[in-house]
Amino acid sequence: MIETASRIKQPEHPLDDLLRTDRIPHIWCPGCGIGTVFSSCLIAMKNSGLNLQKMAMVSGIGCSGRAAGYVAMDSFHTTHGRAIPFATGLKLGNPELNVVVFSGDGDLFAIGGNHFIHAARRNMDLTVICVNNLNYGMTGGQMAATTPHLAKTTTTPMGNPEAPFNLPLLAYAAGATYISRWTILHTRDLTRSIDTALKRKGFSFIEVLSPCPVNYGRRNKEKAFDSLKLYQDKGIIKNGANPSEIEMDFEKGITLGDFLDVDRPTCIEQYDKTCRLI
Amino acid sequence: MKQAVLTGEHFLTGDVACAEGALAAGCLFFGGYPITPATEIAERMSERLPEIGGTFIQMEDEIAAMASILGASWAGKKTMTATSGPGFSLMMENIGLGIVTETPCVVVNVQRAGPSTGLPTQGAQADMMQARWGSHGHYEIIALAPASPQEIFYQTIEAFNLSEKYRIPVLIMSDEIVGHMSERVSIPAEKDIVTVSRTAPKGRKDRFKPFQPGPNGVAPMPAAGQGYNVHITGLTHDEKGYPVMTVEAQEEMMARITGKIRRNLDDIIRTESYRLEDAEIAVISYGVSSRTSLAAVDEARNLGIKAGLLRLITVWPFPEEQIRQLARRVKKMITVEINLGQICLEVQRCAGGRIPVTLVGHAGGTIISPERVVAELKEAVSS
Repeated sequence: MIETASRIKQPEHPLDDLLRTDRIPHIWCPGCGIGTVFSSCLIAMKNSGLNLQKMAMVSGIGCSGRAAGYVAMDSFHTTHGRAIPFATGLKLGNPELNVVVFSGDGDLFAIGGNHFIHAARRNMDLTVICVNNLNYGMTGGQMAATTPHLAKTTTTPMGNPEAPFNLPLLAYAAGATYISRWTILHTRDLTRSIDTALKRKGFSFIEVLSPCPVNYGRRNKEKAFDSLKLYQDKGIIKNGANPSEIEMDFEKGITLGDFLDVDRPTCIEQYDKTCRLI
Repeated sequence: MKQAVLTGEHFLTGDVACAEGALAAGCLFFGGYPITPATEIAERMSERLPEIGGTFIQMEDEIAAMASILGASWAGKKTMTATSGPGFSLMMENIGLGIVTETPCVVVNVQRAGPSTGLPTQGAQADMMQARWGSHGHYEIIALAPASPQEIFYQTIEAFNLSEKYRIPVLIMSDEIVGHMSERVSIPAEKDIVTVSRTAPKGRKDRFKPFQPGPNGVAPMPAAGQGYNVHITGLTHDEKGYPVMTVEAQEEMMARITGKIRRNLDDIIRTESYRLEDAEIAVISYGVSSRTSLAAVDEARNLGIKAGLLRLITVWPFPEEQIRQLARRVKKMITVEINLGQICLEVQRCAGGRIPVTLVGHAGGTIISPERVVAELKEAVSS
């Protein structure tokens, strides 16, 4: 069966020129939202008019971390949690590069949390896209720093006793200069936000809520379409919302939107101004 | 812009000489984190790099420092970080990433006594096995051991040259004593300093494979932004850099990353012989302990003991052949190092039971006195 399927000539996809097509099929499960976020990211990159040769993608470890392996540009699949410091070195080593960090919530906010807050504090010129699927998908669905209170995972079989991060608030407190949150149902808004982030200076953070039906959904009575329905029913677009008031609440509502877009000198600008006494 | 090479006569600590060696080698990026007794390297780099067009950044921890120098290396820069024991432990995972992604960079470990926080301001040579095997998995590594500020200046240049030539992180295993001692350091004219840079790729960009070895077993290396669209991963990968989860791919990759070092041992390994021609007892030492050993050999010679010294400049890959040959010529070997027996185990392995190999070691915190080595030499001739 598989052999037969592979002989069928697949039609060209409009994003083929940005993909390592020789690495497709990808590893993502049916119903997973990462591909949708990835697709939005590629569309934004393609339509941005920016020089793609000067663009690079850096990922950490996990399902979302595999994105770097599929994009046909300089791409780096690094160690768990360390995409941001690797990307920081890449950007400082060649400030002409437009560096995008594409990774998951476990990678960026548990093991990599320290690097996230410091890159935001420095206003390091990076676009950080976090696919938030509320758990560790790659390892089979364990509790993450974003898992809702009382949600079931393989390491919280009685329900999560802990509280999750409010990621936009964390980014805001740490000094990020662009912050937005979308779901995979809001691809147009998401693509526009990524486009904005790619073209602006400084540390940009975009959180994207994304279903993980295989590992998170099935333990929390949430099928892939249920997650999308939840995003539709509970998603409230409120641009400019106060990050301290947008804790994710799947009962009352999930606030989405562009929350912040401010100018602050970047890490490189400040370094040049302060340290290079030419 | 100021000069990268401070040609002239100086009075420098080992740490500062190390920083100057890096700049002379062409280092343009340093990602660091403060730690005694390596902090002075970061301090010097923070002052010097921006004035020569480079970049210094103090990262949030040693994990980030190590990750940042790998990233900057892929941006095309020569990069370095410096640390001591606790930071070296934190860097281990990303040193492994540097090995498997064949990323040139230099990591300096100004060793202090451990384990754990240990004696932060006092020297040791007890991270030698960690340098060899500290990151998980099987691999080859290059590690050098400097004995003076003058030597660390040259060794840092050599470390960059080896890392660029073989696309591998190179470790400089300094110690608190060398790092903090001040001595005369002569910095030659820029034209007299030999520097090596990674080989740039040639040919069609779309057919380029970032892990396809060249004639010396090492692949050319492009920088991000040059249009090669490289994919770099810590997963087991093929010559294209693509992940391949098979036993065959693992074997092929391992053969590549270990073979490029194993096949070039003659080019990589450096040792120095002192009064070994007619020696009956060989002292094997490295780094600051080799200075102790040198004084002890001279003293023993004055006492009529036929002693000599083999100083290991390259500690990893281990100079196996040199030790084997020496073991056929001398009657005994004494290893001198500030730990309780690390390199001594390697010397014993290479001596292969042919002759006795003993240790003059120390738990750490101070140098080994020449008197202790002389006592061991006396013991060796009397027994």
